[in-house]
Parts: sequence; structure tokens; C-alpha cells
Amino acid sequence: MNLTDLQTALVLFALLVAPLAAAGLALINSGLGRSRNAAHAMMASLCAVAVAACAYFILGHSLQGAAGERARVVMIAGKPWDLLGAMPPFFVRLPAGGTPAFLAALMGMESVSLAALIPLGAGGERWRLISVCGSAVLLAAIAFPVFAHWSWGGGWLAKLGFVDTGGAGSIHALGGLTALAVVWLLGPRRGKYSSDGMPMAMPGHSVVFVLFGCMLAAAGWLGLNAAGAILFAGADVGRLAMVGVNTILGASAAALVAAVVTKVRFGRPDASLTANGWVGGLVAVSSGCAFLPPAAAVLTGLVAGGLVTFSVEMLELRLEVDDPGGSVSVHAVAGMWGLLATGVLGRFPGGNGAVMLAQVAGVSTLLGFVLPASWGMNALLARIVPMRVSREGERQGMDLFELGAGAYPDFVVHTDDFMPR
Amino acid sequence: MKTAGLLLLMAGWLLVLSALALLVPGVARNCFVAAGLAVECLGLVLTVRAHLPVRSDRG
Repeated sequence: MNLTDLQTALVLFALLVAPLAAAGLALINSGLGRSRNAAHAMMASLCAVAVAACAYFILGHSLQGAAGERARVVMIAGKPWDLLGAMPPFFVRLPAGGTPAFLAALMGMESVSLAALIPLGAGGERWRLISVCGSAVLLAAIAFPVFAHWSWGGGWLAKLGFVDTGGAGSIHALGGLTALAVVWLLGPRRGKYSSDGMPMAMPGHSVVFVLFGCMLAAAGWLGLNAAGAILFAGADVGRLAMVGVNTILGASAAALVAAVVTKVRFGRPDASLTANGWVGGLVAVSSGCAFLPPAAAVLTGLVAGGLVTFSVEMLELRLEVDDPGGSVSVHAVAGMWGLLATGVLGRFPGGNGAVMLAQVAGVSTLLGFVLPASWGMNALLARIVPMRVSREGERQGMDLFELGAGAYPDFVVHTDDFMPR
Repeated sequence: MKTAGLLLLMAGWLLVLSALALLVPGVARNCFVAAGLAVECLGLVLTVRAHLPVRSDRG
């Protein structure tokens, strides 16, 4: 594809803003964990981003490829199926400068770094740093590039008409399903569930981090969605304003639904669930942000907010999935809803039928390929590198046990906190 | 049961892929895609149940 100078400049600016999404997510994950694990959460986030970026540079981009570039094509039933990219590794022979291919590589690098952060929200407080890095390598070098080739790199899903502008499937559902696989392999935190399966509340240590992280994430999401709209959805510059409007409307509607639902159910709005709703709205609307009318973006966000709120409860209470950051609900559930909502509510020139089938095929691929593959790869990794920290490490806190220093060494317990009023 | 669930997930996906590859656009293809999704849902339920801890009060 060819981009005008203005489109190139806008994509570059958007990609300079996009890392704020990773920053916001890292803050959210840290804030939703306990203070004894706060530094480890941020350190793991930084390491996951770094490892993912390097793994993508070494191998991931080669497998992801780009639309119109060399690819591995297989003939099935007389039709060509574009299965995998075939570009050289290490960005060799990638035309440098502001070319669409290089900008797509930059977007891929930032997207995979964000995807690598998502499982941390679920596995936090017990997942060893070395295992986090190993899992990030597998995600960045194999899982993400394969699906991203199919959806963004001109692969068979893209040719079917699959729409995933900002990565609801490629980044978020993929990361969320990897988070589910990781949680299943890790098991719950010690003391989370009683012997009869009743969950104990383990509230996060800083709601301020979480809510500020939401604001940062929104800025990053605007960048990702805008860049994706131009690079992968062929949007012209005029459509970017709608992308921005849809992004904010989706997040706002989802956050408000989460706040209202928790107010009605528990008597007070819950800040962390509202934050989860906000991010869930960002995730859901990122798939079709270039194709949804604003009212449809609001509807997508409303449903996402409700889904996330009830999914968090169902996963924790009924399915005993200990997910401190709500990653599975926010990214996997909302991401898959976003893909389907695009097919139902989006406006496409040739009608919605073909797009809906492609979205269903995409969701099917996420459940039937990405989840088993992530589970298998991480299970194999767990045989080489133990995933879970020891009992003593979990009691002490990951900060002291793995890093040797706490996040808040000057914490003082204030006696007036305990004075009767 | 975990392995069975994961294999069912993959089987459902392959059913969807086969429908897209072998059938022409139409009602039959849509039905096969829906069937593949149903198999995947079954696989997901099985996998989720396999990961639930065994508790004495659970059926």
C-alpha cells in the first residue's frame, strides 16, 4: 500500500503515543496487586516489554510479514491459503524510513509488547520473573506473529474480510487467552480460596495507580487505533476523528455501566471494577473503531462494561480463576465481544454478511488455536523453568524475594489510622 | 480431561476451517461453521471443568 505524507506523519505520531497504553496497563496491574509485589509487577512489565520487542525483532516480524510481501502459501482444496509470513529475520531488507512496511513493523513491535503485558495482570503475585520473560518470548516470537499475519499481514483471515483495526483480537483477545492459560497453569494465590472454594478478598494496594493507569491507557489506545485504522483498515485522514470519538465513547460507556452495576449490586460503585470496565470498553471498541457509527460504539461499550463486570465475578467465584488484574475478562472476553460487535454493528460497503462470517472465524481461531497453543507452549516452558515462586517467596512478597528490595521501604504504619473516632 | 477439552477446541476450529475451505458460501457453510463453534464451546466447557479444583461438595 502507499501512504501520503500526511498519513505517514499521522501514523508516526500515533505510534509515538501508543506506548502509553503499555504504561497504563503496567500501572493498572501494579495497582491491583498488593504492595509487597508492586515493584516486581513493574519490573516484570518492563522486562516483558523489552523481551517481547527483541523477540519480535529477531523472529516475530519474519513470521508476521506484511500484506503484499513474501509469504508461505499452501494450496487447500484448490485455493491458496496464506498461512505465514516469509520475510527475513532481524528486519533485514525491510525498507527503512517512513515506508508503510516499516511503520507496520513498528506497530507490530508496540502491539506485541502490549500483548505480552496482559498475562502479567492475571499471573501477578506468584509468577517468577524468568518465567514471565520466557512466556513473553513465546508470545512475541510465535503466537502473536502467527495470528497477526492471518489478521493484519494479508493472511487467510484478512482475505476472508476479518476486521481488527486496533487489535481487539490480535493483541487483546490473544493476550487475554494467554492469561487464562497462564492462570490455569499457575494456580491461585495462596490463601485466595478456602477449603470449600470461597474466595478471600485480596484488594489492590493503590486504586490511584489503577485509575491513573486508565487515563494513560486511553491516550495510548487512541494512538494504536489511529495507526491501525490507517495501516490495516485503509482509513483516510478524515476518518481518524471518528476513530478517536469511538474510542473514548466505548471506554466511557463501559466504565459507567460498570460503576452503575456495582453501585446497584453492592451499594457503592467499585473503583477497580469501573477501571476494568473502562479498559474493557477500550478493548471492545478497538476492533471496529473505524467502521462503527458513534452510537454503535456506545452500545459496544455498554455491553462490554456489563460483560466485564459479570465475567470478573463469574471467573473468581464460580470457576476459581484467580486473576488479580482481571486480564481474562477485560482482554479476552471484551476483545471477542468487540470482534463480534464489529460484524453486527459496523458499516461496510458490501454489507455485513461476509464480515460477520470472518469475525466468527476469527473468534473461532482465537479459541481453537490460540488458547490451546498458548496453554501447550507455556506448559512446555513450565517443565523447563518453574513458573511459580516458592511458598516462602509468596509469603514474603515478590519484591523482596525476587528483587531484594520492596517498592515502599519507607512505609510507616500510622497509629492514628487505628484510633477510634 | 484437560487434553480432551483442548483437543476438542482444536477440532472445532478445524471444522470451521474445513467449512470455509471446502464449502461454497451459503446456508450449509454457515451451519457447519456454527457446528464448529458449538464443538469449540463444548471443548471450552470441558477444559474449564478440568481446571476446577476437586471439592467434596462439587458434583
